[in-house]
Amino acid sequence: MPFPTHLPVNQEENELTMMKRRTFLQGGLAGGLLAVAAGAGLLRPSRALAAQWPKAAFEARSIEAALQSLYGTGDAGESKAVTVKAPLQAENGAKVPVQILTDLPAESIDILVKDNAMPLAGRALLPNARGFFSTRIKMAKSSDIIAVVKANGKLHRAKLSVKVTVGGCGG
Amino acid sequence: MARKTKVRTRNQAGVVEVLILVNHPMETGLRKDKQTKKKIPAHFIQNLTIELNGKPAVNAELGIGISKNPLLGFRLKDAKQGDALKIAWKDNKGESGVVDTTVDL
Repeated sequence: MPFPTHLPVNQEENELTMMKRRTFLQGGLAGGLLAVAAGAGLLRPSRALAAQWPKAAFEARSIEAALQSLYGTGDAGESKAVTVKAPLQAENGAKVPVQILTDLPAESIDILVKDNAMPLAGRALLPNARGFFSTRIKMAKSSDIIAVVKANGKLHRAKLSVKVTVGGCGG
Repeated sequence: MARKTKVRTRNQAGVVEVLILVNHPMETGLRKDKQTKKKIPAHFIQNLTIELNGKPAVNAELGIGISKNPLLGFRLKDAKQGDALKIAWKDNKGESGVVDTTVDL
């Protein structure tokens, strides 16, 4: 179905809003439709959609690149106010339990694994919760787990070395 | 087919901790099916949110580096027995889950 390009302005906006709402509810925009919409100049950057899931950061191939993508900077100083808890030796790299704790007024906590192909494993944005995030992560091999906490307008980093006896990313 | 999402709350050193377990493959998209030799498509939870008494408390963004059947733990602020908790998640294929429950220590 051809994408409408010559409708009066009001109608274009309604069409686009309806399309965006419908596809958003369905769970995403198909690549082709997105390209047409962007090409026709009708797609305005939607903060809600962009903030939904930081694809570039999750697909970044290094810690630096992931931080750059998330924050526009890789500058994260080592901080004793952030603690990374995990077993020093993990038998199963597919399920390494990790806990990040901080007393800083954390806005977000990111968990990255240095030697994973895509280091960013997960993040917790904390509009109204304490500086704590625990989960289980996959580690391809023995590596450093790195936590980055955003607090007081700065990035604070801490790490823990974990030895993995059986790597856990599959494939 | 709804995926099971289990939510538990507990008192951890005077603070309300919420633990969430979702039955989900968290497939990376990098594995190959041993028989067909084809790549198993990525299928993983991307977003999970927690609302406390109707207001956003946590917004988690997850990737393929989170283990299968994700277990997530957070510690809430200003939470007490009986408070309303809503946990909602969404994956890259558009599947989602919601749990409405209360803080029960």
